[in-house]
Amino acid sequence: MSSIAMLVDTSKCTACRGCQIACKQWWDLAATRTKQTGSYENPRDLSPETWSRVTFNEYEAGGKLQWLFLNLGCMHCTQAACVDVCPTGALQHNDTGFVSLDREQCNGCGYCVEACPFRIPRLDVVNTLTGEAKASKCTLCQDRVTNGLTPACVKTCPPGALQFGDRTAMLSVARKRVDTLKAQGVAQARTYGETELGGLGRLYVLTAPPTAYGLPEAPEYPALVNLWHNLAQPLGYAGAGLMTAGLAVNWLLTRRARLSNVEEK
Amino acid sequence: MTNHWVDLKNSDAVLIIGGNPAENHPISFKWITAAMEERGAKLIVVDPRFNRSASKADLYAPIRSGTDIVFLGGLVNYVIQNKLYNEEYVRSFTNALTSISADYKGPAELDGYFSGFKQSNAAYDPATWQYQTEKVSAKDGSGNEIQVSVPKQAASLDDPNSVFAHLAKHYARYTPDLVERVCGTPQATFLQVAQTFAATGSADKSGTILYAMGQTQHTVGTQNVRAMAILQLLLGNVGVPGGGVNALRGESNVQGSTDMALLFGDLPGYLGLPTSAQADLKTFLTKFDNTSYWSNGGRFVTTLLKAWWGDAATKENDYAFNYLPKSSGNYSWIPLFEAMYKGTTKGLFVMGMNPYVSGPNARLERKGFENLDWMVVMELFDTETSSFWRAPGVNPQSIKTEVFLLPAADGLEKSGSLTTSGRLIQWRNRVAAPPGQAQEDIWILDKLMKAIKAAYKDSSAARDRPILDLVWNYGDTIDVQAVAREINGYALADVKDASNKVLVPKGAVLPGFPTIATAANYDAIACGCWIYSGYFAPADDGSGVTMPAVKRRGQKDPGGMGTYPFWGWAWPANRRILYNRASARPDGQPWSEGKKLVWWDAGKKTWTGYDVPDYLATKAPDSKANPAGVGLAAQAGTDAFIMKADGKGWLFAPKGLNEGPLPEHYEPLESPTANLLSKLQFNPVVKIWDTDKGKAIGDNVGTADKFPIVCTTFRLTEHWQAGAMSRNLPWLAEAQPGMFVEISKELAAEKGIGNGDSVEITSARGKIRATALVTMRWKSYMIGGKKVHHIGMPWHYSWVGLATGDSANDLTPHVGDGNSSIPEYKAFLVDVNKVG
Repeated sequence: MSSIAMLVDTSKCTACRGCQIACKQWWDLAATRTKQTGSYENPRDLSPETWSRVTFNEYEAGGKLQWLFLNLGCMHCTQAACVDVCPTGALQHNDTGFVSLDREQCNGCGYCVEACPFRIPRLDVVNTLTGEAKASKCTLCQDRVTNGLTPACVKTCPPGALQFGDRTAMLSVARKRVDTLKAQGVAQARTYGETELGGLGRLYVLTAPPTAYGLPEAPEYPALVNLWHNLAQPLGYAGAGLMTAGLAVNWLLTRRARLSNVEEK
Repeated sequence: MTNHWVDLKNSDAVLIIGGNPAENHPISFKWITAAMEERGAKLIVVDPRFNRSASKADLYAPIRSGTDIVFLGGLVNYVIQNKLYNEEYVRSFTNALTSISADYKGPAELDGYFSGFKQSNAAYDPATWQYQTEKVSAKDGSGNEIQVSVPKQAASLDDPNSVFAHLAKHYARYTPDLVERVCGTPQATFLQVAQTFAATGSADKSGTILYAMGQTQHTVGTQNVRAMAILQLLLGNVGVPGGGVNALRGESNVQGSTDMALLFGDLPGYLGLPTSAQADLKTFLTKFDNTSYWSNGGRFVTTLLKAWWGDAATKENDYAFNYLPKSSGNYSWIPLFEAMYKGTTKGLFVMGMNPYVSGPNARLERKGFENLDWMVVMELFDTETSSFWRAPGVNPQSIKTEVFLLPAADGLEKSGSLTTSGRLIQWRNRVAAPPGQAQEDIWILDKLMKAIKAAYKDSSAARDRPILDLVWNYGDTIDVQAVAREINGYALADVKDASNKVLVPKGAVLPGFPTIATAANYDAIACGCWIYSGYFAPADDGSGVTMPAVKRRGQKDPGGMGTYPFWGWAWPANRRILYNRASARPDGQPWSEGKKLVWWDAGKKTWTGYDVPDYLATKAPDSKANPAGVGLAAQAGTDAFIMKADGKGWLFAPKGLNEGPLPEHYEPLESPTANLLSKLQFNPVVKIWDTDKGKAIGDNVGTADKFPIVCTTFRLTEHWQAGAMSRNLPWLAEAQPGMFVEISKELAAEKGIGNGDSVEITSARGKIRATALVTMRWKSYMIGGKKVHHIGMPWHYSWVGLATGDSANDLTPHVGDGNSSIPEYKAFLVDVNKVG
């Protein structure tokens, strides 16, 4: 489990999207051509150029309307399927427990893309002829954090909806906030990420059920990866050869389909 | 703002009405969130749509655009009926007890009108709105006993002639039922808002009202603001931490621009532009009250004239008063563009503005550009304004206007001060040089003025003296600090007091405007803007280091009230909360420990506290007024509003407003309903423009039979005003790429519109296309028992740049507020239909 964490308090987020833009600015990510299609959300999805974004969700319950805003990016899971499937070690838990990504080592296999229960990592095609690709995702600004700064998104957040620090402290802030919200009549206030997938490095305070934000109620470690871990690994690499090969074919087919989608866009 | 941004943290209830700070002033939510989290403050949002601010609110109340006076009037009525006002505050600090002329009649008696309306010129004679006066004996400056007229005070709030009784009578009509029928706000919701906000009438609580263009951009915009002021005065929320009437300005330095007389009717420091009827200085100066701090107004005007015309401004020539341009009409936005449309205006300078997109009835206004001989645009990017001649559908060969586009520097590419909504002035240093040929605005203006002076240098005509005599001493290459020094004020010769003691030696900067008020030879001072006097004077930053006050970054916060007096400098006199004498009871002691700001220290015989007292420091709370005295001597130690002639906060305004002493509801020019309050449908003093009425491009007015849907406009976090800056920034263009219109699910279903569909929105002025954004955040309204749909859309877009779309202002009407003339952008009628 990570020793430090980012806390996203959605009860304080005003969806100014400073975080989304600050991420692009710090990482020098290009703007993409977007189109107004009847939503405040743009870009409409994460991409190699968009590692973090804010989603807008309208949710009505008990006659009360909520406009729910969610800062979305890599969750930095403790049980990180992406780390487990990464064949090159490009994805790893770093010293703080965050999921780091070394793009030099990434071979573009795309296993992480398929394994992530939150659909976070994305592949960008580096060479369209060979299909060479690299994964990309939020690393919680490893470069900044290891130099004593907070992630760019946290730094820019006007209402303090994004906080960053010792995970135990963040959890305590989150729990206290939930208590306050409940006392104010927000019955569905809850934390998210405390125990999910062994504990997330991106913790949330929510004011509605996770599904109202588009989050899985109970995110699951992918069964296929489980299988690989529980079955294949104990049998030993030799015995697992066939299965690994089978899995690899499966991954490759999926990846090819994905890459062709990317190119069409 | 009467208060300031950080002060929001001291509030117990934050009422946002006619603004959307989460969207347009994101940093405000740092302090609103702090108030909610640390004090349990309640956030109330009143708005036609559930917006980003509403998403954080404890209470959201929907309101039909253009009916704020009814909603606020309902709150005033609730406070009066339930006796929730701060009675001690109201009796001592407001004009509640002052008697109004027995001839005064209000809309309750005259079916919408106030007494004094003249149909012939559609204007009021305010004679019957005046205070009753009585004669008292007093000693004048020479010790002679004389008879002086003073406002007559009623014995009790129930006295039928008292302001309070008139207020109660006027607002008795503004019932929760009326609020529901006119505003469309469900009564239960309204009453929750009323109960929550009225609780701040308690002496240990305070509530703030935040507003922006949703209040002002109406034909009753000024009266909307008055309504807020009345509510806050009743609740004792003016002058106290966490209180106030707070205008959230729409641009980072628009407060500074306004202070420097951006508006057509003003001189720097709100001294007012003379009219052609005010032929000499003496006549002009009669406009200043003689029984308030404005008794120094003549001195402030003089030092301004000395700053502009130096040695050429002498006592003998009225300090060159005749050099000042005199106003002979209304030069606000709409008349300006009407004149352009008619070909009267020949040239136009546009600095950091994109009127092609931002003006009302924009199709008509744009035609005006074609009648210009020349246009100069100083901008960061090419805009729709600078490119109007090549707009879609325009044949460049048919345009005679010569357009000059001067590349300008960005805010970070120049040094200077910026003034926030909270009047806080902060100096910024240039962080990068502008690219290419781009230059700072001040550099361009300096070159221009020098060229104008050179062009006139051989003239001997008297009319050219204002140009030739103008002091322009900012260096070969203009130095922004030299301009700052002039704004602050400096001594042209030794400035002395009556005992000949030197207050400020020749050449030194002024420590503040009190020197102007006390100097014997105040005409030895040049001061470009009296309210800024002191901002560039040396000051301690709290750690013993001295620097120009505006450059300070001291972080001490005495009392923890968020005043941060060593950070930058706030006008006037580094005062963070205006009227803060009222933060103490009449006896000078704080209303409560938690709202302690300034108080009277009886031992030291001085006002003290965490902010600069908005008062004479040594004037005791039990000081008696001398009715024969001049200036503040005519006011007592409980007269907390030193800028008013009677020292009182005005619940009832005997002068200054064109359509009445109290806010009264009239419908917007285009409305879906008859006025349900009186027979008077529309603000009777407002001019309705009718140029080319009936033509395809003209000042056309729509009616509900053809255009049944109420529409309003708004801004987005991601874009900046008319979009010149933000629509050219790739990341922002990516985030909000194009024009949309927000439509309720109910209206969408009725019209067969799906989310993301292309729709056409039409008004009497034009039609535009947009993407439909179908949302639960809009609901239909029940107005007078009839269902009315309401939609809204951003106004940022047009055809140049990375993010493009149709302009909302193609649809807005050419009509302005009865006082300020600000256009009524926020409420008009449209129809909306799916395309194809």
